[in-house]
Amino acid sequence: MPKYKTKGLDCWGKVKQLREKYYKDYGEAHDRGALRWEGGAWNFDAIPQALEGEVHALTEEPYGASIGFDKAKQVRFQEAAEGKWGCARDLCAYLRNYWGSIVLNEYAFGGPWPHADFIFQNHICCSHATWLQTADEIDGGKIPYFCFDVGAGPYDKIGDRQIRYVVDQLHDGIAFLEKVTKRKIDDAKLAKKVENTYRSCCYWAKVCELNKSVPAPLDEKTMFSLYVLGTLEKSNDAFADFYEKDLYPEVKDRVANKIAAVADERCRMIGDSQPPWGFLNVYRYLEKYGVVSVANLYTFSLIGWWKVNDKGEIVPYPTLKEQGITIKDRDHALWLLAEAELKGKLMWAPFYGADYKVDLVSKIAKQWKIDAGVIHLNRGCEGTAQHQMETKNALAKLGLPVMTFEGNMADEREFDEVRTARMIDLFVTETLGLKKVA
Amino acid sequence: MMIVAGIDVGGKNVHIVIKKDGQILGKVSGPTGIKKAETVEQLYNELLKKAGLTRKDVERVVATGSAAKRVAFANGAIPDAAADARGVIKLIPTARTVIDVGAEEGRSIKISADGKVLDFAINEKCAAGTGTFVEAMSRALEVSVDEMSKITLQSTQTLSTNAQCAVFGESEVVSLIHQKTSKPDIARAVMNAIAGRVASVARIVGLEKDVVMVGGMARNAGFVDSLKKNIEMDVLVPEDPDYMGALGAAEAAIAGVYAEEVKAKGIGKRDRFRRERLIILGNSIV
Repeated sequence: MPKYKTKGLDCWGKVKQLREKYYKDYGEAHDRGALRWEGGAWNFDAIPQALEGEVHALTEEPYGASIGFDKAKQVRFQEAAEGKWGCARDLCAYLRNYWGSIVLNEYAFGGPWPHADFIFQNHICCSHATWLQTADEIDGGKIPYFCFDVGAGPYDKIGDRQIRYVVDQLHDGIAFLEKVTKRKIDDAKLAKKVENTYRSCCYWAKVCELNKSVPAPLDEKTMFSLYVLGTLEKSNDAFADFYEKDLYPEVKDRVANKIAAVADERCRMIGDSQPPWGFLNVYRYLEKYGVVSVANLYTFSLIGWWKVNDKGEIVPYPTLKEQGITIKDRDHALWLLAEAELKGKLMWAPFYGADYKVDLVSKIAKQWKIDAGVIHLNRGCEGTAQHQMETKNALAKLGLPVMTFEGNMADEREFDEVRTARMIDLFVTETLGLKKVA
Repeated sequence: MMIVAGIDVGGKNVHIVIKKDGQILGKVSGPTGIKKAETVEQLYNELLKKAGLTRKDVERVVATGSAAKRVAFANGAIPDAAADARGVIKLIPTARTVIDVGAEEGRSIKISADGKVLDFAINEKCAAGTGTFVEAMSRALEVSVDEMSKITLQSTQTLSTNAQCAVFGESEVVSLIHQKTSKPDIARAVMNAIAGRVASVARIVGLEKDVVMVGGMARNAGFVDSLKKNIEMDVLVPEDPDYMGALGAAEAAIAGVYAEEVKAKGIGKRDRFRRERLIILGNSIV
């Protein structure tokens, strides 16, 4: 007899449709006279999306992850990046997928590689600093490129000076965009896009916060499919509406009615870094023992905006509406956007040292009532794999058993499925003392 | 009267133990080979015959090791680290850290007083911390593995080698031979390098007394000596350390604690693409 009642998400079909439309729109944009641009998932997409007319983005990481999910395609793309272009195998796996796609002139969602009209990028890690420069080189070297720096400091060291540092670059970015596209930034549209970004990022955090409930309304494997919209285009009207008006109310309702993600939740797990996308069945395998992944700094703050309150707890960052703020002008819009990204994106803090990651993960473990940790030692992303063993030790200090397994988020050649299953069996049956749910 | 069998199907060797009323009735080992299931059948039949038993006399069979699921006739299976823990705690009740270095893997296990696995770490995707690496280096030195173990203890100077990779490790050994470095010193350098890898894995879970070493490499006195020096702790080696997985599986059979899904294959259904790819690359799939 299952412990809890469960059911699938009503909005599941909608998130799939929205994602599909995003990639289709990008592919077909030029047929409709729309602009196409490339950038990162951690970009400030509200700005290029505020250009007059129709504009579509392609973000690097989710595109690389989509290829990573399809094992046959992924190896083909990576071998093209490595063999035909000559990039090293230990570079970011998403990056290799992305470059391979251009080398092969093959858009992962059908048709030839869709050339972008411009690149609007920000430096968030060593790979992003050159990712699209090289992509452009492979693509012929003609795409106008703008890149800005967000390395202004961790969330708790952000003041006006740091925000102004980024805002001034964003003004330069607007000048670049208007010059290369011959289109103007529509300030009313910009205000709307910034407001949408707030809604996407704050409501995702609120959804994650609901996962403190026992039983958890969402499992992490499902959350991967839900946060993706925010990595594609946080400022998108439909995406922001989805987070605020579809997902959040539904998950709230699940909590109120004790509808579980997994009917036999017996052990609440915390993860770390991206998963091995081609092997998400790892999560379903763990669920056979009643082990449910309910939290992960990466999954929470990849798009979610948070703040640490006076009690030292992680809580969702407030929306503009909750703060009672109305955007006054362009500078104000850019300021609000930069402020929330710099103060609210906790996932950037580990780039400033292990102490930040250890502190944030420990806070999550306590607040989300975690029983155990399973850490994917991700060879595919140097950024998110930082401080993983320190994190393991920190969780162990809290008295939590932790298992690590090696893999790669988007290179199936570095993941040993059978061996990982053996380690999970050992960890779950011996260390956690659980048996498979009947 | 209870007769049980523990079968450890490792990457390189199969070990089988039969116990009667808690006492070892017989044991056998042999190379795993490509046809793992057939090897197990053959060795098991051989051991039964030697012990004067039939299959019906054996109440429970529990398998362990990387290919435990190939033992179709087993009643169940337990993870290899769990088998190590059960086997070691039976023989050395004061053990709290088990280091197992076999042909394909080096692992460290923190265990409780009742033999439960509290934490573990495994040397993944690297041959430089395994028995296979020693075999490769012994070939480069043109000595047997046993001889390499012995000459390690005759070394008079400490050299350092990289040993981050089996291939480059071998090149390094060849370079040392060309420099006319003595074989004992090269052997010691190799053992020190592997001990360093294994010790770093052990430090992930923490080293707590008593430290017990099992697996095929525990028979290598030269390596055990290097490991002791690296971790600056005594390392206990039980009799027949390479049989520890099989002994632990037999203990699990006696206790009746094992998973019954012997024939399950990994996490989900077999990954057809991976298999096809490996075949293309010329690896054998069994």
